Amino acid sequence: MKMDIVKAVAVVAAAAVVTSAAYAANVTVKGSDTMVILGQKWAEVYMQKNGGTTVQVTGGGSGTGIAALLNGSTDICDASRPMKASEIADFVKKNKVRPHEYKMCLDALSVYVNKENPIEKLSFPQLEAIFTGKVTNWKEVGGPDAPISLYGRENSSGTYEFFKEHVLNKKDFAAATKTMPGTAAVIQGVAKDANGIGYGGIAYGEGVKALKISKTNDGEAIEPIETNVLSGKYPITRYLFNYVSPMVDSGAVADYITWCLSDEGQAVVKDVGYFPLPKNLR
Amino acid sequence: MNDTIQIPARSVGAASSDATAVLGAPPPRTTPKPFSTSLARRHPRRLESLVEKLIFLISLSAILLIFLIFAFVGRESLPVIFGRTDNTRARKPIAVADISHTPRAELALYLGLSETEFATYDVATVQTLVELKAQELAQNSNPDSRMNTTSWRMMFQPYHWFGYNKPEFIWQPVSEVPKYNIVPLIIGSLKATLVALLVSVPFGVGAAIYVSQLANPRWREWIKPAIELLSGIPSVVLGFFALIVMASILQGAFGYASRLNALVAGLALGLAVIPVVFTISEDALSSVPQSYLQAALALGASRQQAAWQVVLPAALPGVFAACVLGFGRAIGETMIVLMASGNATIVSASIFDSCRTLTATIAAELAEVVFGGDHYRILFLLGTLLFAVTFVSNLIGDVVVHRLKTRLEGKG
Amino acid sequence: MTLRRKTLDWSGLAFTAGTGAATFMILLMLAIILGNIIWNGAAQMSLRFIFGGTSEGMFDPQRAGIFPMIFGTAALVFLMTIGVVPVGVATAIYLNEYARKQSTLTRVIRAAINNLAGVPSIVFGLFGLGFFVQFVGGGIDRLLFNGHLHYAKPALVWAAATMAALTLPVMIVATEEALRAVPHGLREASLALGATKLETVFKVVLPQALPGILTGAILAIGRGAGEVAPIMFTGVAYYLAHLPKGVTDQFMHLGYHVFVLSTQSPDIERTKPILFGTVLVLLVLTFLLNLSAVLVRARLRAGRVAG
Repeated sequence: MKMDIVKAVAVVAAAAVVTSAAYAANVTVKGSDTMVILGQKWAEVYMQKNGGTTVQVTGGGSGTGIAALLNGSTDICDASRPMKASEIADFVKKNKVRPHEYKMCLDALSVYVNKENPIEKLSFPQLEAIFTGKVTNWKEVGGPDAPISLYGRENSSGTYEFFKEHVLNKKDFAAATKTMPGTAAVIQGVAKDANGIGYGGIAYGEGVKALKISKTNDGEAIEPIETNVLSGKYPITRYLFNYVSPMVDSGAVADYITWCLSDEGQAVVKDVGYFPLPKNLR
Repeated sequence: MNDTIQIPARSVGAASSDATAVLGAPPPRTTPKPFSTSLARRHPRRLESLVEKLIFLISLSAILLIFLIFAFVGRESLPVIFGRTDNTRARKPIAVADISHTPRAELALYLGLSETEFATYDVATVQTLVELKAQELAQNSNPDSRMNTTSWRMMFQPYHWFGYNKPEFIWQPVSEVPKYNIVPLIIGSLKATLVALLVSVPFGVGAAIYVSQLANPRWREWIKPAIELLSGIPSVVLGFFALIVMASILQGAFGYASRLNALVAGLALGLAVIPVVFTISEDALSSVPQSYLQAALALGASRQQAAWQVVLPAALPGVFAACVLGFGRAIGETMIVLMASGNATIVSASIFDSCRTLTATIAAELAEVVFGGDHYRILFLLGTLLFAVTFVSNLIGDVVVHRLKTRLEGKG
Repeated sequence: MTLRRKTLDWSGLAFTAGTGAATFMILLMLAIILGNIIWNGAAQMSLRFIFGGTSEGMFDPQRAGIFPMIFGTAALVFLMTIGVVPVGVATAIYLNEYARKQSTLTRVIRAAINNLAGVPSIVFGLFGLGFFVQFVGGGIDRLLFNGHLHYAKPALVWAAATMAALTLPVMIVATEEALRAVPHGLREASLALGATKLETVFKVVLPQALPGILTGAILAIGRGAGEVAPIMFTGVAYYLAHLPKGVTDQFMHLGYHVFVLSTQSPDIERTKPILFGTVLVLLVLTFLLNLSAVLVRARLRAGRVAG
């Protein structure tokens, strides 16, 4: 009886090793947590239509995806920020060619405060002062006399990078920013903290208030809604990217990206809460 | 007198054949079945000694693992430890048009490549790399880019960075000028661990005293497994509980500003550490020889006096070891602090402020790093630091328990 | 200290009350945690939840299923057991049957086991990444696959290997306890009948110690099913379209799903039922394992006392 068990285990182990060496049409997608829900929905709908290909989606942050692209452990990298020059240089050093960049859809970053906060709008200079820690009390920007409680993302997040580059003018976030592992955690933090302020993708804003943003102190404050994003008036908009290594950009991978950029794929974008790419950019 | 006893040979033979007739044929000789029929029949000892050697080699696996962990985690952080990393970023950019005028060695250094690597690239690739490098340098207008921020001095001493108001300890690895000061992380770990110990030691040791000395022995039978049940709860569940349930309740009770802070994380950590402290203290208290207790009671002490003044001091080394091991467990815990501490890298004495620990930093940031880069190496350095701290605290705990055992066995 | 019994021993009572209160509070916290989770998670329990997949919607309480996470956890634990049981049992056999008790090597091995038990779980994660994924996986790729990426990435096999390293001390300690509990007389009788030492170990001692070894395996599995930090970089994934088909696939995991839902779900209030449901399933799993280990151990002890 012992020999039978040993034989059975050996067969199972051998089968496992053998099956692991055989690969079906498999597309791996890794990267941005902002895009992971979109990526997952795309994968679900695509796989229902094309049974032959399997799509795997993992999160971890834009930085994770780019690192995986460099290490070769993913086919497609989801990124909520463009690749940095040093990252592209690392890719070129390894592969002798630049990675292919695809703009997939539009996203807007909202600034969220607690529902009880009376503030309705803030400007870029005010946001910079708040998030770098220069302004520490709500009364300095027209709110109640209370300390400002900052919520932000981990530094592996493209959302973090984008906000830092475009709103903070590349300055560092205040050290007192509570770094949360996901936008939903940021939202949850702000929802439960009367003095909280945070930022995140526009799709997430349940239970908090999204502020109107103006580029200058006396400019017009724009509301983060779809028409303003598509027309370009809302100042904190960004593209969401897919990066692919030219060596794998063919066959199943290329088909998948083409489908995501098609009308069907862009309809899924709307369902998840982002904004489809204007036709001329696809 | 020739009274020699004549034993007729025939009768001896007859006796033995009689014995056979009486007792029946002797049972067939059964040797235990050899381990393996063919090899064992020829070389019974060789196969066995082979198997025994194999067992011996496998048993060295524990030592091998400790060594491997130390080697592989430490190996990645060696360049930083020895000060061989340098991330100064201020150089004059070389224009694409100047490529043909620049000597190869200088170009290779400029691009961060070795000469052999550089030789493998064709002209178009080199052009692309130079373009990208020019882009990278143009984005860097910060005067601090001239410094090597991965040096030991930068990791431990405050510095007045460009754009800040005063010298501060800053951990900000993703930035124009990466800042790798680990003092906020060490303070964060110590704060959360301190709160955890402040919670777990009184409760754990108190419960151990109660269960081993004062309670009804029948209760001991199920209180002990119940508290050990607490150790069966995965740490991610404790972190989730702290994040979703405890944080709001505590904020309502104390009224502080940050919902997630060192207090919440420390309390949850304390819950995780209590079983460790309890089990080891209870073992230590129960191993004190009965003669101590009986002598005290015979002299007229009450159970409480005996417990407090006789048994506890005798078991003190074991209780101390329990605390040391609890410390090691608390400082190494990851999921609870990742979810419940707020993860703000600030240097602050207040437990009502968010903090970030060494473990949470590794867990949160390892996913993004490029393998082999400075950030990656410094995260492995944090891992080596954690490993060293828990190694030392385990060693202390083991030595103390060992000495306690020999002392009690010697005297008792 | 006098023999006055007429007045109450206030300080003694206070001491008992204090330590008793400490015990009570610990048990109370345990009850609160368990009660809260059961209360909030029971509503989510249904066959669809436990056996459904994630294809219908991972964040919709009405349609979410956690079967891939259960399967992934089970696969991880199965592979881990294959790794940890032989190594743990062999080490315990050596330490208990063959090693000289006071030799330096024995002390070093025991010190190594104790230290292994204290290493933080995230350091195991770093070790798994640096050693298993990059060194061993990279080596396999270079030798067998000509450098193509098959093994040098996060995979089920590396996560299982990392967890096996993590739970090794538990297995060794439990097996040693079981081996020690086997009466010496049995060994001596076997040797007296002419068996060799190895035969004695494998045919007499081990079968007697089997319940204890089983306890050790169950405890290791309980620990392995709950830890999240070591698998975060060695193989677990946020969302996979299908169950892992081979050992080089990534997998989903109950504990990691709890982490993901707590911190990254799109609408924390809406996905709370799924979160509590997943936590409940994870807790039930680990508790069943721990309970069975305790029961096996208790039966073993009772059997020994009686016979």
